[in-house]
Amino acid sequence: MDTTLLIAAAIKIAVFIGITMSFVSICVIFERRFSAIIQDRVGPNRTMVPLSILGFKKDLALPIGGLTQPVADGLKFILKEDFTPSYVRKFFFWLAPVLVVVPALLTMAVIPFGSPMELAGNFIPMAVADLNVGPLYIFAIASLSVYGITLAGWSSNSKYPFFGGVRACAQMISYEIALGLSIVPILMFFGGLNLGHIVEDQVTNGWLLLPLWNEGGFIVSSGYWEDPQAAIQRLLFMIPIIISFIIFTTSIFAETNRMPFDLPECETELVGGYHTEYSSMKFALFFMGEYAAMVVGSALIVTLFLGGWSIGFGIDNLLPAGAWWVSLLHIGVFLGKVTVFILFFILVRWTVPRFRYDQLMNLGWIVFFEAALINVFLAALVIAYPSIGIIGITIGFALLITATVLLIKIAKGSMKKPSATAV
Amino acid sequence: MAIIKVERPNLSIGEKIYFGAIFKGMVITLRHAFRSFFGKTPGAESLNSSGVGVTMQYPEKKWDDKLPEYYRGAPALVTDEQDRERCVSCQLCEFICPPKAIKIMPGEIPSDNEWAKVEKRPLEFDIDMIRCIYCGMCEEVCPEQAIYLRPDYVITGTERNEMVHDKDRLYEIGGKRVGLVNKWNDLK
Repeated sequence: MDTTLLIAAAIKIAVFIGITMSFVSICVIFERRFSAIIQDRVGPNRTMVPLSILGFKKDLALPIGGLTQPVADGLKFILKEDFTPSYVRKFFFWLAPVLVVVPALLTMAVIPFGSPMELAGNFIPMAVADLNVGPLYIFAIASLSVYGITLAGWSSNSKYPFFGGVRACAQMISYEIALGLSIVPILMFFGGLNLGHIVEDQVTNGWLLLPLWNEGGFIVSSGYWEDPQAAIQRLLFMIPIIISFIIFTTSIFAETNRMPFDLPECETELVGGYHTEYSSMKFALFFMGEYAAMVVGSALIVTLFLGGWSIGFGIDNLLPAGAWWVSLLHIGVFLGKVTVFILFFILVRWTVPRFRYDQLMNLGWIVFFEAALINVFLAALVIAYPSIGIIGITIGFALLITATVLLIKIAKGSMKKPSATAV
Repeated sequence: MAIIKVERPNLSIGEKIYFGAIFKGMVITLRHAFRSFFGKTPGAESLNSSGVGVTMQYPEKKWDDKLPEYYRGAPALVTDEQDRERCVSCQLCEFICPPKAIKIMPGEIPSDNEWAKVEKRPLEFDIDMIRCIYCGMCEEVCPEQAIYLRPDYVITGTERNEMVHDKDRLYEIGGKRVGLVNKWNDLK
């Protein structure tokens, strides 16, 4: 292998892990400040750079107060007593936090952060590993993090953590299916699993959720309608994409154990859930794992539905491809989009109350699973419509509606609780 | 008690789909967030906050003008109209003080002093503000109305010594009080 590529890969690993970790701390400060202003509070706003412990006369107060709060939080976690209760299964107790963090960081490897950079004649993709099975790799690795949570719950050898672990397990399994099925339409549309290619297609043909431009030009110009069939198909494809987007986003919430679905740690019922017995840095690792999963989830949503690193509106094609500053600009755009999504995650957390456990399971198995299945069918119809003609579409549509009605009927039946009249 | 059967409300399809409610909730939370962000939190003015949330930013903003008349803050010694120190070091406050925060060293006023007829004044007067419980008994017991609880409440220090108020400090806090017991002065 070429030495340049090797060095580039090493640099990419260091930089992207660094970006993810710094995003975790940014998440923490965003969460605290944003939740504060939502609730008409102030939040941590006066953490300074403690120059006085280095011998300076005064602490340095930055104009944006509280920006160094994550550093203080992290230091606090490191300095706290790391207490391991005597009744836990020690090996797994120590292993569990690691198993939560590592998968979240590993999944970052396949996400394209920016456009490929030209270096010594090679176009270096701005992803640590430009795999051809991107989403599959992410699902495979991300579902491993449930082992961490389940092991934490079990090895704590205490009731509430155990409940939390079991809940996490059940929840992750049920939402993984909807998560996987919901992106099948996208994979069918692009005919590939390479995230880099998916983004590059969205650069020229418009983001999947916002197909307002293509090679021809903007939607209002005549260039857009040069190939009317393709343009109409792209616009029609928005319907299954919106359904996928909703299912995917909700499932990511469930995967990352964020608020409407944070039953594994559910303070009101389970004390602290799976991390009740954890303290100090081991607890901080759970914390970091949760936020890292949130960052990766946001990055994945942005990559699949919102054009990844592309600036959009046809601007990307005007910029010189491969120039280093273009790559950096694209990385900046990508991180901006991810930040917006993280803010959305936080907004949802402080808006939507927690689901009841049976509601959660119903939503996963009865609503989202079926909706994702029908959505695959719908997407297939939209993709196939130029080639199967009017009869094919009519038959397909009739079949789709029949299937939907049947599924809704079955779902309604299974949602009904065994009532007193049935006995 | 009669048994009242409460029916579950029949939800319309819009309510069952749930997204409308979530959207409404987000509008509410975002409205609060934006108002706070631009420093216009409702109720901020009446609470004297900075506008980001209703919390008052303490050391920058204070509510000193809203302290009640009867507020019991730091005890302090006062002088009268003619700048005579009122305290005659009778030590009643020292004896009544429940946490024993006050320590007085009595001293005699020399005979060539214009206030020689008062005979005594404190040589040293220390109040340990770590011990003081702000009960106000010293103020109540003082026959000369020489010690008062002032509305000062910011009493801080980095060392224990700084927390002991000596005579100079006590007069500095207390200042001058006019129109009280005037049995010693010439104005009567």
